Amino acid sequence: MSSLAVHKAPSAAGAAGTARSGPPLRRRIALVPTLTLLLGALYCLLPVAWVVIASTKSGRELFTTFTFLPGTGFTDNLRDLTAYRDGVYWQWMGNSALYAGLGALLSTCVSAFSGYALATYRFRGRETMFNILLAGVLMPPIILAVPQYLLLAKTGLTDSYWSVLLPQILSPYGVYLARIYAAAAVPDDVVEAGRMDGASEWRIFTRIALPMMVPGLVTVFLFQFVAVWNNFLLPYIMLSDDEKFPITLGLFTLLEQGANTPALYTLVITGAFLAVVPLVALFLVVQRFWSLDLLSGAVKS
Amino acid sequence: MTTAHRRRSYGVKGAPYGFLLPATILFALFFALPIGYAVWLSFHKVHVSGLGLGSGARKEVWAGVENYTDAFTDSELLDGALHVLGYGCIVVPVMLGLALLFALMLDSDRVRLAPFTRLAIFLPYAVPGVVAALLWGFLYLPDVSPFYYVLEKLGLPQPDLLDGGPLYLALSNIAIWGGTGFNMIVIYTSLQAVPAEVYEAAKLDGATPLQIALRIKIPMVAPSLVLTFFFSIIATLQVFSEPTTLKPLTNSVSTTWSPLMKVYRDAFGAGDVYQAAAEAVIIALATLVLSFGFLRGANRRNRQEAAR
Repeated sequence: MSSLAVHKAPSAAGAAGTARSGPPLRRRIALVPTLTLLLGALYCLLPVAWVVIASTKSGRELFTTFTFLPGTGFTDNLRDLTAYRDGVYWQWMGNSALYAGLGALLSTCVSAFSGYALATYRFRGRETMFNILLAGVLMPPIILAVPQYLLLAKTGLTDSYWSVLLPQILSPYGVYLARIYAAAAVPDDVVEAGRMDGASEWRIFTRIALPMMVPGLVTVFLFQFVAVWNNFLLPYIMLSDDEKFPITLGLFTLLEQGANTPALYTLVITGAFLAVVPLVALFLVVQRFWSLDLLSGAVKS
Repeated sequence: MTTAHRRRSYGVKGAPYGFLLPATILFALFFALPIGYAVWLSFHKVHVSGLGLGSGARKEVWAGVENYTDAFTDSELLDGALHVLGYGCIVVPVMLGLALLFALMLDSDRVRLAPFTRLAIFLPYAVPGVVAALLWGFLYLPDVSPFYYVLEKLGLPQPDLLDGGPLYLALSNIAIWGGTGFNMIVIYTSLQAVPAEVYEAAKLDGATPLQIALRIKIPMVAPSLVLTFFFSIIATLQVFSEPTTLKPLTNSVSTTWSPLMKVYRDAFGAGDVYQAAAEAVIIALATLVLSFGFLRGANRRNRQEAAR
């Protein structure tokens, strides 16, 4: 059977118009995907590797030594960064953790309530509400952020933690994922059995449905955490006091000041490296809790 | 007994609305109200009487479609649209092409190091757009870049990556780097959902891996390809943080390089929120038309394929 495959291969490859030549032996076929993936991994890791190494260089080494040669200045860079404007960098990190952590937690709660309601109840206006919520995904952030700023300014809430936190609690995508997951994970007869036993709707939700929805909600939390952590436009519009900046905005202002002063380059680079660490660590720790099949399930329906 | 029963059935009827209350309130406050306000602003302007001093001197008056006609004749907005169009024509096909390629490779038989490479390619998803632009921005700078080091050693010409045509490539590369992994995972997970028997039959018929990929796997994951296309088009039209981050490093990125940057500049730099609102509405409508136009086109093709 395998010899048949080998004989047929060249004509098929020719017909498909690919330039891949040579005998497609079984072993070589596995080699091409592996090499392709390794090239992809190299491309994706290259800038990360660069910033890791560059953050170890002193200002002088950055411009004089070969790029991928480690330097000797990491602890100095770290000290300089911590000393920069009385440790405002760590304030930015803390702010990002607050915006993303609290924001994602609240967002997950709202998504869980809504997703559960949309998946398990039959009620008037269900599909209309769902479609209106989903339409929120398609709204460009700018058409929301500018009027949000103007409206919050009227209530005196701009340039506060609330101005970055509140607009990001409702995530249409989170509601969508929670609905898909609740529909798959919470069987109707379990909810019905709870009702027969006289449990209140709230109790059924917290004691029966919520534990079943946890894996899906972890995914919702992570998506929202990344979305808030990576958001730049909203804090850029809302905030002017740099004590409240998240890390993305803080690094941007640091770069803006540093672009003309190469002495600040090392601060920006070290700051960029440290900004990547928490999310990468989070990913490595929780990747086995990610239900990525939820993604494909979401994609299919 | 009857009252308890009645209360309970009332509870069931009211419950979904109760669960949806937080989302409804948030939607009204942070989606519906701002959008309505943006539309209202886009049809208004400020009328200044006299010297513009005093409380009654600045009044919001109806402007009709004036802000819209201004926007459509604004060369900066048009330039921004063209920039994004050129950028999108590079980003969307290359990013999704790579995502599909990597997903197919991950799904192929006897591939080595798949978990490691999958994680490595997905990693940039965890890097904020600002930080990604910052990292690549430094890699584009001749003073610190390893590419220039290599080019110099080889005696090759050293192009300025942050100007003219290469700037599109430089910006596109940042988006491709950041987005390929996520789309790869979406396509890969839907590939995993295809039952193995489907391929077994094809293998028995003597189909090569390439044939299986082109004739079976790609059509099987067509819905997720359509979805990734749809979201990539939306994201591309909204590009903001990457060019904004590169701006301090080069003079060739203007404050109005992308339409979103133009809206930001007009609203907060020029202080004309009415004009900015009209532009934001136009961008929103253009996004809806383009993304749904694509969806309709894709659906029609699917139906034709199914009819054949």
